[in-house]
Amino acid sequence: MTNAVTPTVDLHNAVVLSGGFPLLSGVDLQLLPSSLTVITGANGAGKTSLLRLLAGLVPLSGGSGTVAGVDLANGDLRELRRRVGWLGHEGSFYDDLTVRENLTFAAKALERPLIEIERALQRVGLSNRIDTVTKKLSAGQRRRLGLSWLLIRRPEIWLLDEPYASLDDEARTFFDALIADVLRSGATVVISAHDKLKSEALQPRTIVLGGGRIVSES
Amino acid sequence: MKQLSQRLFGPLTLIAMGATLALGLWVVPPDQVQGELGRLVYIHPSVAWVALYVSFGTSAIASALYLWKRTRSEVMDRVAYCAMEVSVVFIALTLITGSIWGRPAWGVWWVWDARLTSSAILGVLALGYLALRRANDDVQLRARRSAVFAVLVAINVPIIHFSVQWWKTLHQGATVFTSNRTLLIHGSQAWTLLISFIAFTMLFFWLLRYRYRLEVQRENLAGASLEEALASRRREGTQ
Amino acid sequence: MIRTALLVFKKDLRIEMRSRVLLWQVLPFGVMALLLCGIALGPSHAGNSSAGPGLFYLVTLLVALLMINRSQSVEKTPGTKASVATLGLDPAGVFLGKSLALATELWVTGIILLGGSVVILHTSLHGAILALPSVVVTLAALAVAGTLYGALTSGGDGAATLLPVLALPAFAPLLIAGERSFSAALNHGGIWRWWLILSVALSVYTAIGILLYGVLEES
Repeated sequence: MTNAVTPTVDLHNAVVLSGGFPLLSGVDLQLLPSSLTVITGANGAGKTSLLRLLAGLVPLSGGSGTVAGVDLANGDLRELRRRVGWLGHEGSFYDDLTVRENLTFAAKALERPLIEIERALQRVGLSNRIDTVTKKLSAGQRRRLGLSWLLIRRPEIWLLDEPYASLDDEARTFFDALIADVLRSGATVVISAHDKLKSEALQPRTIVLGGGRIVSES
Repeated sequence: MKQLSQRLFGPLTLIAMGATLALGLWVVPPDQVQGELGRLVYIHPSVAWVALYVSFGTSAIASALYLWKRTRSEVMDRVAYCAMEVSVVFIALTLITGSIWGRPAWGVWWVWDARLTSSAILGVLALGYLALRRANDDVQLRARRSAVFAVLVAINVPIIHFSVQWWKTLHQGATVFTSNRTLLIHGSQAWTLLISFIAFTMLFFWLLRYRYRLEVQRENLAGASLEEALASRRREGTQ
Repeated sequence: MIRTALLVFKKDLRIEMRSRVLLWQVLPFGVMALLLCGIALGPSHAGNSSAGPGLFYLVTLLVALLMINRSQSVEKTPGTKASVATLGLDPAGVFLGKSLALATELWVTGIILLGGSVVILHTSLHGAILALPSVVVTLAALAVAGTLYGALTSGGDGAATLLPVLALPAFAPLLIAGERSFSAALNHGGIWRWWLILSVALSVYTAIGILLYGVLEES
């Protein structure tokens, strides 16, 4: 007898509206633990909107779904946000605080030991920028700040919005290794990208969005 | 039974308003002190009563019910919004009738009197509510923010009232009762005033009902547009 | 709630001390506004100390609007909003922390503008010192109310112009109570009524903020 694995993400005909415009027009999606899924599509296809829905950052306007056990229609979205890890392409936390101050603020908010900050920064290669004001970091460094926070939090779902943008080859290799580690720990990882992932280390499931819904997958 | 009472409400409101106007403008004798100008007493206080208590109160209660999860519904949001829109109309009427009354009595269209000033402030708050509604397209976001603001407005009513009252007052004192509850006006004047309060309250609820219906129709139209928008969006994915 | 409030309070003050928006933008605006008040009164009335309290509070209200906007804008850049949302902070704590930080900034500004009204508008120094307790409470009430109204308008269309429309009518009683208690301090008048207004407003806004800030944040 086998035990069915409960999906971490389970969406049925999910619709997200913004000012009456359907960002997502009916998405059916199931994701399992320890899985890597890449969401691709043209600009405006709904990639970021789907990730934001999964993160509890936008409300569900139609259909149904659960993410990390939280009902998107009726559940506590604040609780959902505490369970997911979000890495946006706009950067993270407060521009006028240093790397150390931002991570200390976040660690104290979630009652994580402060020692983990230095370990995480070492892992992502930002230790030498620990006292740099965030707005002075490059785009890639800001993304690494966001990653270091996810390493401290260790959420069960990682939602990464275009994480490979503006990364050089070395950074991409490092990133692939990090994702492989995260998958081994049992987390569900969802990445949005303009193109399919060109990685030898990772074998993701690829979903193509178009017009706010899934048009193909492989 | 419900449909019958709904159908009768409009004609009854019309009769009550007609009675107010007929009694107030022709039947009741003019005021001893203010003469014909005193006939505004059958309009201005009733309109103010509806503006500041009935309509604001309706909007605030509906908003509070919307904020409470057990009673949260689109109906409450619509009632709160429509009541506040009608409230703006009644506040405007309060200020206009107050100015018309004040000009001959005080010599100017506007004085820094406690009640007029409070009414003006509350009028701007009501307009602010409508501005807040227009600032957000997202239905749930708009409903939540409007509900919180309406509750804040309701709480502000006594704070504004007492602060302005203690600041200054030129207004006519109590119109109907003295502070120890002795009736100030009598006979036909008292009855006409009572009828005017009832008539304008009925007018408010009649306007609210029709404004609510209009809002439902507008939302139905938006819903139909949503189906088209969804279909159009899905077609993008196949092109 | 208290732990979150202290965390957010320190964070907001740290951001302000680093960015120095208060020092380089808000205070100069406040001082210029006081000067404009004197100019608007005309040369023969510019040093009229009886107008001092009202003008002090009028300028403080305008300054408060700028600071409320600033307090909210810090949270609303897209990256900040999303990443902080994942922290799941207690909204009541966030409300108290931001209100306290805003109140602290308003107190600093208020003391400087009070000095400005003594110098520029010839308000009595002795009266200004006596009025200090009521100024502190009025500005605290402004901060608490402002944090609520700021959250109501942030992120929407025309947020910067919507805030004054919503907040200024609600600030009117605070302006009245503040000005009356300041004038009473100058003229040794009775002030219990104004303290009542201020205390009720401060308590009510604090209670509403603790209860409903979560609803606004969820928005």
